[in-house]
Amino acid sequence: MSRAAPRPGRRAARARPPWALVPLAALAVGFLVLPLVALLQRAPWSDLAELVRRPIVTDALRLSLVSAAAATGLSLLCGVPLAWVLARSRLPGLSVLRALATLPVVLPPVVGGAALLFAFGRRGLVGEPLEDATGFVLPFTIWGVIAANTFVALPFLVLTVESGLRAVDTRYEEAAATLGAGRWTVLRRVTLPQAAPSIVAGAVLCFARALGEFGATVTFAGNLQGRTQTMPLAVFVALESDREAAIALSLVLVAVSLAVLVPLRDRWLRA
Amino acid sequence: MLRAEVDVRLPDLHLQLDLRVDDGEVVALLGPNGAGKTTALRAIAGLRPLDAGRIELDGRVLDEPAAGTFVPPEQRSVGVVFQDHLLFPHLTALENVAFGLRARGVRRREARAAAQAWLDRMGLADVAGARPRTLSGGEAQRVALARALAVEPRLLLLDEPLAALDAGTRVRVRADLRRHLAAFPGGRLLVTHDPLDAIVLADRLVILERGRVTQTGTPAEVTARPASRYVAQLVGINLLFGTAAGERTVRLDTGGELTLADALPAAEVAIALRPQAIALHTHRPDGSPRNAWPAVVADVEVDRDRVRVSLEGPVHATAEVTPAAVAELDLVPGARVWASAKAVDLVAYPR
Repeated sequence: MSRAAPRPGRRAARARPPWALVPLAALAVGFLVLPLVALLQRAPWSDLAELVRRPIVTDALRLSLVSAAAATGLSLLCGVPLAWVLARSRLPGLSVLRALATLPVVLPPVVGGAALLFAFGRRGLVGEPLEDATGFVLPFTIWGVIAANTFVALPFLVLTVESGLRAVDTRYEEAAATLGAGRWTVLRRVTLPQAAPSIVAGAVLCFARALGEFGATVTFAGNLQGRTQTMPLAVFVALESDREAAIALSLVLVAVSLAVLVPLRDRWLRA
Repeated sequence: MLRAEVDVRLPDLHLQLDLRVDDGEVVALLGPNGAGKTTALRAIAGLRPLDAGRIELDGRVLDEPAAGTFVPPEQRSVGVVFQDHLLFPHLTALENVAFGLRARGVRRREARAAAQAWLDRMGLADVAGARPRTLSGGEAQRVALARALAVEPRLLLLDEPLAALDAGTRVRVRADLRRHLAAFPGGRLLVTHDPLDAIVLADRLVILERGRVTQTGTPAEVTARPASRYVAQLVGINLLFGTAAGERTVRLDTGGELTLADALPAAEVAIALRPQAIALHTHRPDGSPRNAWPAVVADVEVDRDRVRVSLEGPVHATAEVTPAAVAELDLVPGARVWASAKAVDLVAYPR
């Protein structure tokens, strides 16, 4: 029998998954869902209203939302231009640039935090001259939290917007040029509006990643309640001291994460 | 006035053509796919720099590699109507037409008022607030034309303006386009692979084959004396001249009378009729064809699997039939036959 000849029954077999896959897939679903169920099951529902008003929760929530929003703003400001350069320019070494921009996605966040210390710490490459010149200190302040968040979250925005910009049909930009639009007008009125869905998706991803950031933040900015203690850090601390508060904090994070998924549903949850 | 010596090297094509478009003139660049038509148009618009040669519009050099001159598209004053219209999908029809004026620094209110005037002129007042994806093919094309004309370019380029339309709307849009083009004072250069579009819309044809011009002339000249077999195939369209003898009836200069499906656009008209649309019979056909006339076979020319039969009589035309029909009808020079054509296959335009 030649290799190309299909064996009887093979077409039908391809329509259904092999039986051995079914329990493994079910195991994966269970593994993903069970922890959330356990979290909900342990939730102190009756005391929840009081728990989420405790300072450790409100301080952390405020700090998390502010720093994640600031990191998202910074990422939009610099990340969209970087995405444009990666998508459109023909600079030499562009693939190296893209690899560098992607690195924080795979780098362990603790390593990122340590690297930030060596760069922007009080004895750091840039941090020391910066403090000498202006008195501005990054580590162990909210600015440090924002810096750590931006470091880990920026690549998510850059990669998403870059693929969005690649999908924009450049013929529309040519049409705009023949109508008298210079490069800046074309970017502002044709390119960016068409890339808007990817910019929104990138910003949402970036915000979600910043909100969950732990390793780089604790390494670079420390864990001071009300100053640098974000939600994930507060959960970690509360697990030792105040388990019910930890669960309440976790539930708030789950709720925020679900809210973040909603704007992304068209992009990723479409069948 | 446009004077262009276009020299562009593509991986599989070396495009070299000289082109001149006078003010008020409509020139059609006609040729098969891959002949370099669109590349020539892009070079003139500034979307593709020349490799050699020179493009000059109203005495201003736009592109001349030897002199290091290159004017970017946004500074050329060359309007383009693109093949798929390329209306900005995130803007309304009105905003699309206002785009060029806004880009040139015209204030928002003035730009919108001017755009509204253009839409009114094009009969598009109703769709001003509509997004491009909700427009019909004909509407989208008029919006694209209004958008290009709103900035008052010195030269208008149209890339396959009718290719995106279905056959039904095409006839009406072609007539509309001819009317709207007539109102534009500058030169117009039309790129198309459809000889019928070229003949109806243009004053002069430039035939482009594999990057080179093989023939130029008025539609009547080119169709009467195709310079090559290829051109004969490409533009082998019958052009019949006549005057109106009724709302839908034309008396031809050669004596015959033809009836069209639609009202005539003018008193003096030209009618384009594809050779494939003429049927030949041994006896007078009865039934559906509105137009039938006796004819004498003047010449028979075999080209592979098609045969071109030149007919004389009240209608001077060439019919294209199968070799089987030649044998069946005994088509030899001097033979007497009946010819017929459906009213819907006759395309009339002002002479």
